[in-house]
Amino acid sequence: MTSQRLWHFFGGLRLAGHKAMSMKEPVKAAPIPKQLVIPVQQHIGSAAEPIVKPGERVLKGQMLARATEYVSAPIHASTSGKVVAIEERPVPHPSGLPGLCIVLESDGEDRWKELQPHPDYTELDPSALRNVIRDAGIVGLGGAGFPSFIKLNPGPDNSVDTLILNGAECEPYITCDAMLMQEHPRRIIDGLLIMKHALRAKQCIIAIEDNKKVAHTLLVNALHEHEAEFIKIVQIPTIYPTGGEKQLIKVLTGKEIPSHHLPINLGIICHNVATAVAVADAVELGKPLISRIVTFTGELLSKPCNLEVLIGTPFSDLFDFCHYQPKESERILMGGPMMGFIIPDNHIPVIKTTNCILVQDKQKTSRPPAMPCIRCGRCADVCPARLLPQQLYWYAHAKDFDKVQDYHLFDCIECGCCAHVCPSNIPLVQYYRFAKTEIWAQEREKKKADLARRRHEFKLFRLERKKQEDEARKRRKKALLQKAKDTGGTEKDSKKAEIEAALARVKAKREQQSRQRKNVENLTPQQQQTIEAVEERRRRLRNIGTTESTDKDSD
Amino acid sequence: MAVLQSSPHTPPQNSVSNMMVAVLYALIPGTLVYLYFFGWGTIINMLIALLTAVACEALMLKLRQRPLRPFLMDGSALVTAVLLALALPTLAPWWLTVIGTAFGIIIAKHLYGGLGYNPFNPAMVGYAMLLISFPREMTAWLPSGIEDFTFLDSLRYTLFEVLPHGRDYDSITMATPLDLVKTQLGLDHTMEEIIGNSRGLFQQAWGWINLMFLFGGILLIYMKVIGWRIPLAILVSLFVISTLFAIPDPDLRPSPWFHLFSGATMLGAFFIATDPVTAATTPRGQFIYGCGIGILLYVIRTWGGYPDGVAFAVLLMNMAVPTIDYYTQPRVFGEERD
Repeated sequence: MTSQRLWHFFGGLRLAGHKAMSMKEPVKAAPIPKQLVIPVQQHIGSAAEPIVKPGERVLKGQMLARATEYVSAPIHASTSGKVVAIEERPVPHPSGLPGLCIVLESDGEDRWKELQPHPDYTELDPSALRNVIRDAGIVGLGGAGFPSFIKLNPGPDNSVDTLILNGAECEPYITCDAMLMQEHPRRIIDGLLIMKHALRAKQCIIAIEDNKKVAHTLLVNALHEHEAEFIKIVQIPTIYPTGGEKQLIKVLTGKEIPSHHLPINLGIICHNVATAVAVADAVELGKPLISRIVTFTGELLSKPCNLEVLIGTPFSDLFDFCHYQPKESERILMGGPMMGFIIPDNHIPVIKTTNCILVQDKQKTSRPPAMPCIRCGRCADVCPARLLPQQLYWYAHAKDFDKVQDYHLFDCIECGCCAHVCPSNIPLVQYYRFAKTEIWAQEREKKKADLARRRHEFKLFRLERKKQEDEARKRRKKALLQKAKDTGGTEKDSKKAEIEAALARVKAKREQQSRQRKNVENLTPQQQQTIEAVEERRRRLRNIGTTESTDKDSD
Repeated sequence: MAVLQSSPHTPPQNSVSNMMVAVLYALIPGTLVYLYFFGWGTIINMLIALLTAVACEALMLKLRQRPLRPFLMDGSALVTAVLLALALPTLAPWWLTVIGTAFGIIIAKHLYGGLGYNPFNPAMVGYAMLLISFPREMTAWLPSGIEDFTFLDSLRYTLFEVLPHGRDYDSITMATPLDLVKTQLGLDHTMEEIIGNSRGLFQQAWGWINLMFLFGGILLIYMKVIGWRIPLAILVSLFVISTLFAIPDPDLRPSPWFHLFSGATMLGAFFIATDPVTAATTPRGQFIYGCGIGILLYVIRTWGGYPDGVAFAVLLMNMAVPTIDYYTQPRVFGEERD
């Protein structure tokens, strides 16, 4: 609260906020939909694995799918009802590909399962806290959806100096975090204290952009009640993308997280304010993450607003609730205008990372056909990662994937500043995404090729060994024959011995082969399924890559 | 367009044509001073160059099977034409302008891939080609303040190379100050003698022209159409190098102010060297690129075969741009400071 020294990051944009329109009214609860579509993959990491079957009745908050790997998060029933299907449905993902979903028909009773609250979080040690948070399915609610318990585990070699709560919300139009900060400032601080306990952090900072004065004041007031002098609430300049993790850390601490490093390497951890509330609900009330605040906004709406929505609610249900009818001339985004994506289908569900539904006028927000790059360098002036977007574009366009990595493609955070200012209206981010996926695909191919090469080398080695063995055998045979000739008489015995030896060798070889085959065949059906699913995804990705590239060529 | 339209989904903020139009506007004050001091010649050259540029651009787009409208509308050909016309002498026969513009647009621009792909500044390629091929025509400057040389006289000369009665070519043309200084210094005159003998108004005209281009250039920087690094680097390096050489020999070396406000210094620094397509793009690279131009400009003016050196200095540094850009990449976010 005391004045804090701030740093600034290079580049960025001062964008018009368009935030007031959706903040006129308090957050409304959206009704329970008849049918909820709950994707098993709403986070970064591997998909959760369904543990219910179609036809099963479930209670609100009951786990529907469990996390099978470390980087993953379980999925819970957002209301009570019956599982009617587990199948592929359209999901909110930039690729537009469908994903596995658990379809739940609500019974209208909204009956909770038995909850296990921990009113005093200090009774739990950090590891137990992390388990509670993990089982509650909490992921980063700022947009990326990284499983939160991992970011509450500093690991044995790191200690956490600063825990940052990100309330910057730098994208235009989005106000869900601002509303949350205004309406539940105490819960945010409750969650922050739990997180601090889990991380054993020394100090905490809540960062808010200076265009959210009300939220700031209310949070400051809430903090007064706690007398926690290790928490600072800091107002930061409104510059997009100051809410990006690396940018925010730079602004607050002056430290730059190096490429391929995590904030924890510098003793810093960053969580979203909404995640803090989810953590407080999970620990103190025992409630898993089954709802979130979604901003439903855009100039074309009669009443932009913020809604408390159950995870799995189809967008179309929200449209009906808000008396909005999508038109041909409009386009619907999930997320903000800078980083959001066009949704492929109006029936896709709200997921844990759905912070905003933005309705745009197609005509006003479409860009004219791209012109050639004139290398004016405006993109480089605004790039918060200090890259040279024009060079990246040049090499991505030429599919020179080595050069594009020389120019630090993987430091690009896809914030869209470069494409926003480009006078030639080149969809730069699209080129960078394309280059990234191509490089990932190539690396997978390379791994495969390496394996094939190793196999081939082994084959050569095996053939060579066989040849040597054959020669050795021939020599032995010759020697034996020679011996038999020399001594005479014992020919029969030696032949017999030789046949026995050969039989023994064949037997040994067979045994070995059967053992080897067992290793390959012994896959569990699960493993087999995963392999097939991965292959399927790869195939699709490759298809997308090729259609995309041909589109580029025709520009 | 691609099926998957990628973020950001924001309305267009700017366009190439807007930037080019801004450049054209910023050239107006300087052009008016040309008109005032040198009569209609430059305006006539400009019109011829513009017509040629549009025709060549359309022809090449057609041949290369590119859409006409967006590329003709981008205005880049117009900027090339105007810049070349401003660099040409006032008494240029029409074919000189046509050849220079056509060469710039067809060879230097489109044969290298068109807008965004040309490594060399098209206007300067056209200018350099003319300077090498037609040295006599390229020095036909009218003296400033000539009053009885009317619009029709200019037009007649441009179209038919006919001068008004009682005037011959040598009496009507005059060396530019840079040219004069260069020749006179070669004849062992001192700076004092040269400046004293020449008509003050003449230097004054070039001073005004440069001042107006400086003004237009600052306007472009203010409007963020061009960056400040390249012009600043050119002017500072030119100032520094001319000061260094003028200090020991003020009699034999023109003053730094003379260099800054003569010839095409300001036009080059703000409008020619800053052509985004052919200039360096990294911040440090732009300093190097600008300093290179400033120094080469001085070297060519002082020891080279031509009185002014903007075109060659820019073209030489254009050549170095890929290397400069490669070695001056900025420190990426999170990268160790050197």
